[in-house]
Amino acid sequence: MNIQEVFPKVITEKRDSGRVSGAHAVGAASADPGVVMDCRIKTLHYGNFLAVRDTEIPIVAHEITAFIGPSGCGKSTVLRSLNRMNDFVNGFRFEGSVHYRGQDIYAQGVDPVAVRRSIGMVFQQPNPFAMSIYKNVAFGLRLNGFKGDYAERVENALRGAALWDEVKDKLNTSGLSLSGGQQQRLCIARAIAVEPELLLMDEPCSALDPIATRRVEDLMLELKEKYTIAIVTHNLQQAQRVADRTAFLFVDTSAGGRTGYLIEYRPSAELFEDPREERTKAYIRGEFS
Amino acid sequence: MANATMNTELAPPSGRTSFRRSFADRRTLGNSVLTGLAVALSLIAMLPLFSVLYMLLVKGGALLSPSLFSELTPGAGMDGGGIGNAIVGTLVVVGISTCLALPLGFMGAVYLAEYGGETKLATLVRFAAKVLTGLPSILAGVCAYAVVVVTTGSFSALAGGCAMAILMVPTVMLTSESALRAVPGKMKMAAFGMGATRAQTVLRIVIPTAIPGILTGVMLALARAMGETAPLLFTALFSDYWFEGKVTQPIASLSVLIYNFAGSPFEHQVALAWAASLVLVSIVLVLNVIAQVATRRPEEH
Repeated sequence: MNIQEVFPKVITEKRDSGRVSGAHAVGAASADPGVVMDCRIKTLHYGNFLAVRDTEIPIVAHEITAFIGPSGCGKSTVLRSLNRMNDFVNGFRFEGSVHYRGQDIYAQGVDPVAVRRSIGMVFQQPNPFAMSIYKNVAFGLRLNGFKGDYAERVENALRGAALWDEVKDKLNTSGLSLSGGQQQRLCIARAIAVEPELLLMDEPCSALDPIATRRVEDLMLELKEKYTIAIVTHNLQQAQRVADRTAFLFVDTSAGGRTGYLIEYRPSAELFEDPREERTKAYIRGEFS
Repeated sequence: MANATMNTELAPPSGRTSFRRSFADRRTLGNSVLTGLAVALSLIAMLPLFSVLYMLLVKGGALLSPSLFSELTPGAGMDGGGIGNAIVGTLVVVGISTCLALPLGFMGAVYLAEYGGETKLATLVRFAAKVLTGLPSILAGVCAYAVVVVTTGSFSALAGGCAMAILMVPTVMLTSESALRAVPGKMKMAAFGMGATRAQTVLRIVIPTAIPGILTGVMLALARAMGETAPLLFTALFSDYWFEGKVTQPIASLSVLIYNFAGSPFEHQVALAWAASLVLVSIVLVLNVIAQVATRRPEEH
């Protein structure tokens, strides 16, 4: 992949900063004063392809918010629009707003690099850098020009990611020498080292075995004391186990394309036990995936 | 009755119950013949390399001594002496060419891999580099002669270095580009996701990750340049004296020494040409080994 592909000229259109009411969005959660990130997507295009429409997901502080839905429903796309990682995709266009700390991160003059520095991201595939474990964790600190005690911050981040005991004697070995589950926890440590308020996780367990998955899930529950987490998952049980709120997205094929949109966003317990929408019920029963 | 019929049907056809390998079988025979052929041909392909090494050891090994490395080339018909000035000269010329080719090739590769992409300029640069890899080395010499020797008015180490640099740039650029492109996109995405700018991602993640591959390219380019004679014949020329720190004067080199002495009527000079060949091949071999070791990555999961 070269930079040209990754850094297309981003066409950001003038956006309506007013509230957009999605057809199926349930607004109950948005009244919560503890909203850290207020995601209001009107339309999200890749070129001429309408990928997501009418999706409003207010993310509440110190909670885990899960995005679930069938393949192609745009849940990863929605997550990636929260720290402007979609800017790397050719032809990406966004209408709506994403308010974070009182600012619309899609407003004109906003530097996506600055946005990404304060929002952590963990990817589907573990992707440590080809450098030592210590340097992996210190990377974000260096990037931010951190002047304090690196060793302490690195240790805290590794402890926070429940990896310290396994790697404390080999901090100078390559991050790539770890197992898949350890690599993913290293990536979590790398993300939390800069103490972001919000942590985005894009199917962080899909490349892991069940034991490693369980460890990462336990970790998420610990992390939400300090951070706010938004997670995309394909695994309904995972959403049920860890998420405080769950957003169910679905694919609309009526216009010929495959457009994702929000069906239902509610506290997980309600959504899983008493879904309001027919499609949520069918999805939870496992009638399609 | 029905049962009995079924049992006979399930039993293997009589006479074909043996699983033993039979060389009378056409497939087994064909397999053995082709395997044998492949092994034999591979051995034949290696024959030239080993016969050359053998000849060099027999003919050049006889002269190996400390004085070979420490003394100047002898004049026509004289005994003794060594190839010290030629060894130093080769290192100086290759050093100059590396100083010229490395920044050009490396920065070009960074542009091609990370910034140019498939733009017209990048495509043109890549095409030019590929054509240049196939450039006959004597033309590099002609070019350096016309540009450096003619304008400065003298044969020089610098001109030789320029000629070699022309040969090295495309190799360094293309191998470095592929090394940079081999850095996984997910690693770059991780850096961007942390809020790294494009320059930070290239400098702190992409280049460090690609360093082993880049080193390999540089070593291979060096090894190739070192053995070249044609580009030096009318650029660096030759010198029977030690290098005195002046890159504007002609300079000795192993390859030109071999070229000059191998056709000499004096036996001792021919023997020195053999010894110089052995030294040159050894240096190239060492560079190749270093390139191999440099590529080896720390254990990965």
